[in-house]
Amino acid sequence: MPFYRLLAPVLAAMLPCVSLAQQDTQKEIERYRQLLQESNPAELYEARGEELWKTRRGPKSASLESCDLGLGPGVVKGAYVQLPRYFADTDRVQDAESRLVTCMVTLQGFTPEEAKRNPFSGTGVPMLTTDPFSGVGRRSVMTDIVAWVASESRGMKIAPRMSHPKEREAYQAGERLFFYRAGPHDFACVSCHSGEAKRIRLQTLPDLVHSAKDAQRAFGTWPGYRVSEGELRSMQWRLWECFRQQRFPELEFASDASIALTMFLAKRAEGGSFDAPSLKR
Amino acid sequence: MADPMRIRANMAGDKVEVRVLMSHEMETGQRKDASGAIVPAHFIQTVTVTHAGKTVLSAQWGTSISKNPFMHFRFKGGKPGDKVTISWVDNKGDRRTDEVVIGGG
Repeated sequence: MPFYRLLAPVLAAMLPCVSLAQQDTQKEIERYRQLLQESNPAELYEARGEELWKTRRGPKSASLESCDLGLGPGVVKGAYVQLPRYFADTDRVQDAESRLVTCMVTLQGFTPEEAKRNPFSGTGVPMLTTDPFSGVGRRSVMTDIVAWVASESRGMKIAPRMSHPKEREAYQAGERLFFYRAGPHDFACVSCHSGEAKRIRLQTLPDLVHSAKDAQRAFGTWPGYRVSEGELRSMQWRLWECFRQQRFPELEFASDASIALTMFLAKRAEGGSFDAPSLKR
Repeated sequence: MADPMRIRANMAGDKVEVRVLMSHEMETGQRKDASGAIVPAHFIQTVTVTHAGKTVLSAQWGTSISKNPFMHFRFKGGKPGDKVTISWVDNKGDRRTDEVVIGGG
């Protein structure tokens, strides 16, 4: 008898076992993640970030201690979870990282280019030779500071502002971007992030359209230390990486597009618990 | 000098339970950078933990230890208020020593 005719009934018998095994695997992965929480290297970034916040830097030799992240100058506790929001002094909606750029420019005297340079720490082994964020063991001041700012909102509820007309505009722009199909593969964010139980290889994809729980968990765990990269990654990085994975043009760091998308995702995650910086695969 | 270690030490029964997170690249010397050049090896080679003048843990590490190593161990003979000292030396001769005071149970 041909081999494949014997194979079919064997495979059919295995199917229920495979789906049970998948559930157990998921449980084991969760348990493993719980165990890892006590050794999260994100702590190292947070410690450096807190130092950098207080360090005098730039042409004006000033610290960031009077930086206004939306709750008043110097107020960091709880600031991350109410972002993105409208800021009167810049007359635009800003997320945490673009707001840090603003503070580095206005308080410390850096140029916007200097403030945005090297926003992501080096991976050591880049995937593309044109990868602007690669670099062996290269520390990113921005990553360190955003790690600390995020940690000061740990355990709080995600609550982005949505009262100003520009905030609503940003949300709508973000929503359009989320559903906008482009690039050589005709992907949009929605291609991967909508529908049940989707995954890329072994990474389950959160359903950001239908599942509030998925959206809360996704937004609530970035920034996160990515063990596979050996680096802490921020929300701006996550969006930049999504664009790269879709083979879209590069998402500019702290751009209006990135802020709009962040606003859309933050709003979808509203009410969720902010558990960042977390530990990721 | 390298980044400080993050150390926690508490009593667990009659033993001292120590958790330490070290900041180190732990480069194996086998990776290549964007230009194709080898990234030089840079990793912690020896770790020593002392308490009341005695070595309670000593380790010889190599390239299989991951970046930002985390260590979790227990030892007998310590009590709250005692100091525990952790030191490491890497293959370039860089070193780092940090102390922690043992907390309660």
